[in-house]
Amino acid sequence: METLEPILAAHPFLQGLDPRHLQSIGECATKVTFEAGRLLFRGQDEATHFYLINQGQVALEIFTARRGPIMIQSLSDGDAAGWLWFPTPYHWHYDARAIFLTRALALNVKELMQRCEQDPLLGYELMKRYAHLLAVQFRVTILQLVDMYGA
Amino acid sequence: MPDSLAEPMLPVPYRVLKVGRETADTFTLALAAAAGDQGFSFAPGQFNMLYVFGVGEVPISISGDPDRPETLVHTVRAVGAVSRAICGLQKGDTLGVRGPYGVPWPVEAAPGYDVLVIAGGLGLAPLRPAVYHLLARRPQYGNLELIYGARTPEDMVYRQELERWRGRFDFRVHVTVDSARGDWRGNVGVVPNFIARARFDPEQTMVLICGPGVMMRFTVQELLHRGLKRENIYLSMERNMKCGLGLCGHCQLGPFFVCKDGPVFRYDLLQDWFLAREV
Repeated sequence: METLEPILAAHPFLQGLDPRHLQSIGECATKVTFEAGRLLFRGQDEATHFYLINQGQVALEIFTARRGPIMIQSLSDGDAAGWLWFPTPYHWHYDARAIFLTRALALNVKELMQRCEQDPLLGYELMKRYAHLLAVQFRVTILQLVDMYGA
Repeated sequence: MPDSLAEPMLPVPYRVLKVGRETADTFTLALAAAAGDQGFSFAPGQFNMLYVFGVGEVPISISGDPDRPETLVHTVRAVGAVSRAICGLQKGDTLGVRGPYGVPWPVEAAPGYDVLVIAGGLGLAPLRPAVYHLLARRPQYGNLELIYGARTPEDMVYRQELERWRGRFDFRVHVTVDSARGDWRGNVGVVPNFIARARFDPEQTMVLICGPGVMMRFTVQELLHRGLKRENIYLSMERNMKCGLGLCGHCQLGPFFVCKDGPVFRYDLLQDWFLAREV
């Protein structure tokens, strides 16, 4: 049976994680492929998985009635998509669509949460990584709000 | 070909050869010296004072190829009376040119280095001559990368050229916008975030940056975080330049005159003034 641990270990989001934790996360993970144009997830839907992108490009979009989908961020190799499921209730806030053929690891949210509850060290390691993503995203959002090209 | 015009305060007539639209409000003009004048050579990053007769004069970066100085190229955004008048010029019209002025990008010192070119919005205009210079001497440099950001895909300048550069095997080009409609297939995100995708040796990398102040500030932070040396980071500053010679003081930035001591500055020499709010 194929193990996903080497793929998980190579992903920047999980870099440096203890092999025991990688094994635990690997048991919640499946390999997925999205063809160009396919949705990874849709805003308001229940967040069942989040994704570690290995290859490809994904657009995060907000749909507006007048302008259609507005692309707010693009993600590619080494990025994580759909990590904002973390606060309850576990719902996504926007759409994610593959721009090109995209290969990723899908992590089951509920299973992962259970493992984090059972193993606080794993929970802490993941929380550190979420905090980093949040800090980066916070900065990105500020820069986008500033409209620096119009300033 | 001389290094500058003979009389620094006297505009020399140039003829418009071609006008191309870049975006809704930005145009690129190709100019040639009127009959009898031979033009001048310039270095990447320098600027000229462009004079629309009867309207006024503005400093505009040279955005053409320094190896082909017989054609002066300027990209201008219509934001004020003079720049609007420049954008309204047609083929065959005449305008006055003084220059070239200012400290150029240190491309002559870059052989042996990886070079990271980072541009935001119209900031690609003063960097384009540096890119031409680097590509024309490509074997002299290590890894060569461009990160270019714009507000939307419609606000990007030199789009065809960016596509051509992206097609090269020896030049990595990252283009990103702040937001886009659903049919955009490129990147969406802010420029500082793309530094993580660039490949460079922090010990041996020269960075050339031009763009909005906020973009440059956060870009420099990210570069320092990644181990770049302050003395290898260069910024092009924008100020209200009038004389171009460091005489009038309009463009003073702390102890510097941007027109004469810049517009290109080494970050370690500029940093106290770059971050100061009062200047």
